[in-house]
Amino acid sequence: MIRAILMLGVLIASVSIGEIAITHGMKRVGGPRHLRLRDIFAFLWRALRNGWFWTGVPLMAVSFYALLVLLSWQPLSFVIPASALTYVSGTLGAKYFLREEVSAARWIGILLVCAGVALVTLG
Amino acid sequence: MDHEHRLRVKTLLMICVMVLCATTGDLMLKRGMTRIGAVQLTPGGVSHAFVLIVASGTIWLAILFLLGFLVSNMTVLSLADYSYVMPASAFGYAVVTFMGVAILGEKVTPRRWLGVALICIGVFLVGRTAPRTTAVIAPESAQPEAVP
Repeated sequence: MIRAILMLGVLIASVSIGEIAITHGMKRVGGPRHLRLRDIFAFLWRALRNGWFWTGVPLMAVSFYALLVLLSWQPLSFVIPASALTYVSGTLGAKYFLREEVSAARWIGILLVCAGVALVTLG
Repeated sequence: MDHEHRLRVKTLLMICVMVLCATTGDLMLKRGMTRIGAVQLTPGGVSHAFVLIVASGTIWLAILFLLGFLVSNMTVLSLADYSYVMPASAFGYAVVTFMGVAILGEKVTPRRWLGVALICIGVFLVGRTAPRTTAVIAPESAQPEAVP
């Protein structure tokens, strides 16, 4: 069980840090001016040349690998509800690293989503 | 239309595209792989599965939808807060449950319906907050950025 909890820690850390790095990168490159194909391609071109994006991608690959390993060790009914904790760690990362303002309403919403994902997976 | 309203509409539109692409892509991937059957973990089995996967139109369609998810996810993260987008993506669980009931006629347990209800209320609460709470940074359109 200890190795599963450690791997869960790897999963949660890699998802959260990877997505925060990608979010930071996307904020740095700036969104498309309009939701038109030309603007979206220009945005993608800028995004693919951003270092933060390429910092996040391998971390997302690590998280995918950690998920596969966890699924081979533990039942789905443990892995997915437990990995819903990424909503909490991601929000903490967004608050402290990305300096987002997380209001009480947003926290309540995120905790409800977290509990909802756990219940849906338990079936 | 003021700036925040425009941003909210753009963000919600991209989140809908993101959730639809992810859900449809996953379903098509599942359908394609079910048609191909269990992959035998031998050199011959893997190469045979590879040929079947490359030749499968359903798998290519799934890849197209998952690429759509990637692009919409990147776009929405450039517009809105991560703590706003991330919980909204969980709405996919609710969509899959509704699709399962409507299309496949699946039976859903009360506990699962409760989970779907909590996700919907949670997404609604987050959706009512401001989509972006951080300052807009001038786009670095000309130079690739190095990680410090």
